[in-house]
Amino acid sequence: MLLVVPVGLILAYSLFRRGTYGGVVYELNLDNFERLFDPIYLDVVWFSVRVAVEATAVSLLIGYPAAWFIATRPRKWRTVLLVVVVLPFWTSLLIRTYAWMVLLNDQGLVNEALTGIGIVDEPVKLLYNEFSIVLGLVYGYLPLMILPLYAAIERLSPELREAATDLGASGWRAFLTVTLPLTRTGVVAGCLFVFVPSLGNFIVPDLLGGGRQSMVGNLIQVQFLKARDWPFGATLALAVIALMTIVLVVQARTMARDRREGVADA
Amino acid sequence: MRRVATVLALGAMAAGVAACGAEVETSDTTSGGAETTASEPTGSGDGTLTISNWDAYTPKGLIPGFEKETGVKVKLAKHATNEDIMGKLEASGGSGYDIVFVSGQFAEALHKRGWAAEIDHSKIPNLKNLYPEANELPYDPGNQYSVPYTWGTTGICYRSDLVPEKPTSWNDLLDPAPENEGKVTMLATDRWLMLPALKALGYSANTTDEGELEEARDLLLKTKDQLLAYDDTTFYSKLVSGEANLVEAWDGWCNYGIAEDDRIEFVVPEEGSDLWADTMVVLESSPNKDEAFEFINYVLRPESGQGIVDLLTYNTPNQAAMEQLDPKLKKQFPNLGIPPETLLEQENLRDLGDAQPTWTRIVTEITS
Repeated sequence: MLLVVPVGLILAYSLFRRGTYGGVVYELNLDNFERLFDPIYLDVVWFSVRVAVEATAVSLLIGYPAAWFIATRPRKWRTVLLVVVVLPFWTSLLIRTYAWMVLLNDQGLVNEALTGIGIVDEPVKLLYNEFSIVLGLVYGYLPLMILPLYAAIERLSPELREAATDLGASGWRAFLTVTLPLTRTGVVAGCLFVFVPSLGNFIVPDLLGGGRQSMVGNLIQVQFLKARDWPFGATLALAVIALMTIVLVVQARTMARDRREGVADA
Repeated sequence: MRRVATVLALGAMAAGVAACGAEVETSDTTSGGAETTASEPTGSGDGTLTISNWDAYTPKGLIPGFEKETGVKVKLAKHATNEDIMGKLEASGGSGYDIVFVSGQFAEALHKRGWAAEIDHSKIPNLKNLYPEANELPYDPGNQYSVPYTWGTTGICYRSDLVPEKPTSWNDLLDPAPENEGKVTMLATDRWLMLPALKALGYSANTTDEGELEEARDLLLKTKDQLLAYDDTTFYSKLVSGEANLVEAWDGWCNYGIAEDDRIEFVVPEEGSDLWADTMVVLESSPNKDEAFEFINYVLRPESGQGIVDLLTYNTPNQAAMEQLDPKLKKQFPNLGIPPETLLEQENLRDLGDAQPTWTRIVTEITS
């Protein structure tokens, strides 16, 4: 119920239209769905998906070794390290995003260090581009990647790897054929946890992206707040929910297949 | 130690301290951190006033002073932006508060929705403290359903030591000199994002003509390549740090920069600009209208008005307060000397009505 009612309301709103001074006029129509196919919105969706995929890939590349490192520490260190991983969540993402602006601007600490040691002569443009958006998203959601990976890796018994190497597999091969498939649940869960909120985030593109490039989250936020066009905002939100559902269905299918083949849980 | 100051300023701002005359784009509803609303507001009818104002937009002594003198209790809720409080009112059907602070064009929308109560002038004798001009604001002539709290305009805020020439025109921002390329920011909220281009082209800031909007869009798309960022909240810090040479800014927010670096100056471009006003609106649903009018009357006292200017370094339409202002403050912040006649020459922002979706689409085309 908790999940179905809000989505039902969103669906209902998407069928009405905005009043002259905001608000909702309860006249059934499908105009909002027609507006959805304006190429500018498709461009924004494409850009958002690209950025979210990039953020997910980078998070996986950093998150996997990090989770591995934590899972292979002695027990008491693991707890400490996990607390460190979730610590940033104690502060609002908004405030931490402002902190990145202080670090990355032309006169910021990073550029001052780079010019200071003479790596570059001119400050590097680190802010207000796709790079800074991806960085902000990776920073914000990396813990959501590490936690499920940690859970998957920690469950893995070290003997399996040892057996693989004893049987002559190289370390890399043992990783690819034994460890990675066995931690696949963690990988998929982590990727979803990063991908989904990255796609909907509107703070990072606003602040670190300099508001130059909207993402899907910005579109929805703008419709609800600035345009006071709740019906069209609801339509956009519905489109995003549909997109997410497709991703989740694909994920569920893959997991079900894995289970049939008996590789998901060893 | 300027860096430390900047960090602190940023932190404070992120916490929503620097509420803005027009609107701050810092509302953070997804990560659940920066919601600054006080406990559930209720308009109870027991003589307790529930007021929602921008965060840090209320001088410290104002509410305790009012409570002490009148015995009326006040519950102060806070919003980060106009859009924020409008969203809440939209969800509650225009109830839950006795007084809300919103910008003029939003007061107009509240009135058109039928949610704003008529202001009973006989209960607010201190309305006489307002400049006569403050009775002629086009979004609400005669202050029938709103009372102005602060007002001002939008212009170019710049580092006089970094720009090759002092800016005089919106074109200095839209088509920056080579020295300023990549060192310019513009406001991110739709009305002010479009304002410089509309004014440079000689159009109204409230235009609903799609052709004019498209012309402005094409101009702004050209500017986008020279732009550092669209920024509603940290533009003055960018001037202080030297990241930007000139920025589009609200007069009051430019003062935040001037307070940190006196090489920062402000100019209203020759093509003209907007006149914004932040207002107090009593809601029709309020069961405490008499107390609400009493509160507005208290805010309009000269001492209260001075407290507002001291806190915000914004102009207030309270003539009695402005005339008794500390001359030192006026010297430090020349914007506080902008006469009301000059403000009234600027174009008042109005609600866009049915043209709002078109505006939003055009702004999306610019920022995508």
